[in-house]
Amino acid sequence: MTECLLQVICWRAAASIAWAVLLLPPTTAAFIILSRFSILHPFQWISECLSLLTSASAIFSFILLGGVIIIVGFLNLEYYTVIPNIACSKIALLGQLLHPRQFLSSLVHCIMGIIVAWCCAVTIGGRYETLGYPCVESDGSPEMCLNEYHLVLLLAGAFVGFSHSLLGVIHNMNYVSFHTVQRYKYLRFKGSLPLVVKCSATQALYSVRNYIVIYFFLGYIPKTWMCKTLNLHLNRSVQVYIFINALTLPSGLLDLCLIYHLWISATFLLFTWYITLVLFRIFVTEVYSFPVQSSFTEDSHQCLPKVITEKQPMILKFLALQDLALLSQHAPLRRSEVFSLSQPGGHPHNWNAISKECLSLLSDLTQRLIVYHDTVATNGRAKPLSTGSERKTSSDTSVISGDDPFTPKSTPLMKTPASVFTRSVVGGPQSPLTAPFTPDLDSPFASPALRRLTAPVGQCSPWHDTVQSPHIMRRGPKLWSTSTDSHVNGSPQLSPASVPSPKQEVSKPSLLAQFLQNRKEQVKNFLAKRVLIMYLFNKLPEASSQALFADSQAHIWALEGLSYLVQASFSEDRFGVVQTTLPSILSSMLVLQEAVDRHFKLPHASSKPVRSSGTMGDCHYKTLRFALRATLKTAIYRITTTFGDHLRYHYQNPLFIPGGNYWVLQSYKDSLTVPFTE
Amino acid sequence: MCSLALFPPPLPSGHTTLCESNNELLSGASSEDHRLIQDSSLLSLYFPRESLKLHSRTESSSKAAFLDHSETLWMRSAAAWRDGGFTGLLNEITNSHTEVPKWLSVSSGCTLALLQWVSSFHGSLFPHLTLSSEDMIAEFSQVLNWPDCVVRAFAWHPHTDKFAVALLDDSIKIYNPKSATTPTLKHRLQRSVAAVQWKPLCASALAVACQNCLLVWHVDPCSLSTRPSSGCAQVLSHPGHSPVTSIAWSPSGSLLVSASPMDTAMMVWDVAAENCVPLQRVGGGGVTFLSWSPDGSHVLASTPSLLFRVWETRMWTCERWPCVKGRCQSGCWSPDGSRLLFTVQGETVIYALTFTDAPGIPAGTSKGPQAAAVVADLSETTFNTQDGDITVGGEIQSLAWDPKGERLAVLLKGDAQAADRPPVIAVFKTRTSPIFELLPCGFVQGEPGAEPRLMQFHPNFQHGALLTVCWSTGRITHVPFYFLSAGVPHFGLNGSPSLPRPQERPSDFANQSLFTEMIS
Repeated sequence: MTECLLQVICWRAAASIAWAVLLLPPTTAAFIILSRFSILHPFQWISECLSLLTSASAIFSFILLGGVIIIVGFLNLEYYTVIPNIACSKIALLGQLLHPRQFLSSLVHCIMGIIVAWCCAVTIGGRYETLGYPCVESDGSPEMCLNEYHLVLLLAGAFVGFSHSLLGVIHNMNYVSFHTVQRYKYLRFKGSLPLVVKCSATQALYSVRNYIVIYFFLGYIPKTWMCKTLNLHLNRSVQVYIFINALTLPSGLLDLCLIYHLWISATFLLFTWYITLVLFRIFVTEVYSFPVQSSFTEDSHQCLPKVITEKQPMILKFLALQDLALLSQHAPLRRSEVFSLSQPGGHPHNWNAISKECLSLLSDLTQRLIVYHDTVATNGRAKPLSTGSERKTSSDTSVISGDDPFTPKSTPLMKTPASVFTRSVVGGPQSPLTAPFTPDLDSPFASPALRRLTAPVGQCSPWHDTVQSPHIMRRGPKLWSTSTDSHVNGSPQLSPASVPSPKQEVSKPSLLAQFLQNRKEQVKNFLAKRVLIMYLFNKLPEASSQALFADSQAHIWALEGLSYLVQASFSEDRFGVVQTTLPSILSSMLVLQEAVDRHFKLPHASSKPVRSSGTMGDCHYKTLRFALRATLKTAIYRITTTFGDHLRYHYQNPLFIPGGNYWVLQSYKDSLTVPFTE
Repeated sequence: MCSLALFPPPLPSGHTTLCESNNELLSGASSEDHRLIQDSSLLSLYFPRESLKLHSRTESSSKAAFLDHSETLWMRSAAAWRDGGFTGLLNEITNSHTEVPKWLSVSSGCTLALLQWVSSFHGSLFPHLTLSSEDMIAEFSQVLNWPDCVVRAFAWHPHTDKFAVALLDDSIKIYNPKSATTPTLKHRLQRSVAAVQWKPLCASALAVACQNCLLVWHVDPCSLSTRPSSGCAQVLSHPGHSPVTSIAWSPSGSLLVSASPMDTAMMVWDVAAENCVPLQRVGGGGVTFLSWSPDGSHVLASTPSLLFRVWETRMWTCERWPCVKGRCQSGCWSPDGSRLLFTVQGETVIYALTFTDAPGIPAGTSKGPQAAAVVADLSETTFNTQDGDITVGGEIQSLAWDPKGERLAVLLKGDAQAADRPPVIAVFKTRTSPIFELLPCGFVQGEPGAEPRLMQFHPNFQHGALLTVCWSTGRITHVPFYFLSAGVPHFGLNGSPSLPRPQERPSDFANQSLFTEMIS
């Protein structure tokens, strides 16, 4: 169905990889020139570089590097996500880092780091070239000794690769954000090139520093292991500590040449990988123009109204929404197709599908915000707990079993609007003070023991006295973290289609339960005093808020698309198809506005994130909630200023009163009079 | 082509322009009349220069107030690096030659000299780079004689009757005829305000171009606070992007562009996310003035050298427009965004560019205009009045086109030395069909001794156009132009065009205003 569209994504990824491979020769040439840098012999330097560039070993290492780039590109394609994975506590982050999938990625990065480092060693040549070299033992017999310089470089590559993969998780480097300013790919690439150079240089510096410290203390382990397995000898008379130059040992100077070579190799490695990443981001987020309607039925699944309602490949939904937002602003011809009626029948199918999907997106977000807000009291503390221990035991078990897919007693799970993006982004209901334990129960780190340990917290959470809906209980333990495996490739888990009826049997508070409850409280109090555990389980400020709005780029586009289409409909909509949905559009925007305003009154919600400029990780998701708030206000104002007094007529016309909820109408009316006046 | 010779002669001294009605500009003899005919909903403000408390000292002079404190060389070097960057560090090392090794001080001195030589070379290519930031704002601002202005910037809100006024003391006041509170905005970083602009489709956001950064104030219209805290302001800054001399919001309210003559890149800000995309183009040496077309499709960006660019906003590509004589001083767009009028420094004519972009065609394929056409000649013309000869004309400081596209106001620089060549505002009527042309309307003059410094049209004036003028005396007045708009259809509830109210004589205005004054 969407295979042909998915092929578009794959082709884009392939193109980005091809460009990254094509950029490899100039990068390698620059690396060779910089690594063999010698100011005293400029002619020798240039001629050596030229001869090296044309040598067989350079071509071999170039092929190797090309292979590495292709693997990195495939990893990018495999691991990218358009909805960031936000860890709400340190323990959740740890869980993400130790996830098997992530572990695999780290391992591959390590190996590729070694390969790149080997290519670097061969390229730099000199003392780095081979792993072993002939030496003379103390007894005079010729032996093969371990070349520690070569080993240091290889291990540095492994370390940099590993730390790159770890930092990728911490900084959400696999998150692909869409930009508000559309530019051509070449200009965008050119614009991001200085940042890539800067980032790779600084990141390489930090990695090399950390690596030197680690090697200084733990370097003997790989050294002796290498010697044993390869039957090499350590020439102890030459090297005492590798980083301290043997010649300048008395003055205690570091071996600057070695450190420079380590740094330039790490920079080269990170630069090629970052370039691949940047190219991938640029190619994959390029605007794709979906046809609004097709004259052939077999192509209808590729049309915008159809793709926009698809949920599975998240990237396609995002691209479709982006296309909707752009066409509503810039393309009158395609807008007229949106407003057109179907040929036999005369139904506005296109507009209905688009507006319905956008409205359901908005109502999802509203639901999510309301549920989140209901769990958190306005002052940021959890609401006072009720004494209803009778229901706790039952819900407790359901909570635990809900996290275990193999338990036959499956969890009640309702198909709610909010489960369109079914993820546990509802954020933490607990403040650090009241509930220090907010682990990620979905993470592989959370052992059954840990789950049992943290289960009482789930029941202490204010879910049980505020929200009775079973699907919320199901999501209860997942609230404070995002699951690691659900959307790494941009595809959220879908709720099971068939759901058993909620189990809400009320059991008597038994003595045993009471006892268990007390013990749990004691354990909790005991653990709360331990600093490390507090550190690990404390919720990160504003992370829950970020997680709540993690996919808000979709909502922003939906708001823009709807408001621009409504604005255009004032003069372009000949059949009046928009008029029928205008009240529901306005009311859903106003309800969302109210929910967003309430959310921003919560602590940490309106605090601005620290602007970090020196990383390749995209921090776009940290400010999505502010962008959503601004877009929402602008969208409402856009509609009200376009329609102006005509809305008053709608308001007075009983046909246009949506749903009969009075307060919506009230604010709807207010938005007419309030917008720009006092 | 229209020239100043076709204009009615300027008013005799003592008369001020009141309004346009029945196709002629009406004048009053005394300032009393002037105040009387003002629409009661419009505030006419007066900021006497004496009432403003100016900064008694500049930022750098505060150093002298503290005792000299000897720090180690490392500390001083670190401080110099922080304050003055690389050149500051070199300067510090060169100056403290007693403490550092001789080779270091000598080499840093040589490097410094080399750097200065290179930068002077760069400065000879782009002379504006040698100006101080205050001088640079004065040079490139749309305000006439910016350093001396009491009102340094002015902005009408695009949707309601409120406006923001930036004053000489770096404060911004927001006036609303419907509200008793006038919020005063002050911020530590709000210095040398070059421009202010309200965000479209938003009630509260006001962007301010400052010396070192860009501020976006969020002033809640429902708040009763008269001094919003500096927490209400977002600070947007980018290294190397100062002083900011011009800003422009996109008409859809989503993006903000800012320009600095020091920076070759024009910044496109996503204000909510506080991140920016630099649109770098070499050539020009900076960006001085920005104007976003009302339909949102193009942005005019002029540079300090003989070049300006027109960006299209779909994919952010640009067309280069080299000028022959001088840099592009000012420009304005027709309401439909199809026509750009601009003026060039050193020339006394207005040029027009026509963009015939069909909206459906993707950018880049459609051809823009090939050459600019001269539409008006504003060379010096001498009028014989009863007070003697008055010479009007010359270079143009700024242009303003009313939102209906019917009146074009041109602020002429005049000559500060010669008494008989004051700065004056010439107003044209514009007509688009059958051909685009400018027709003379008249001169707008203020009280005796008051020179126009800054002007802006009200964005949605019901009965025609309303020109707001800030005078050198610190007065802000509004000159209404009453006319029935020809081209724009009137959207009213009952479908009939809204009636232009005043067809009466000025004496009737006076009576009417007196009546409202009595009952108030």
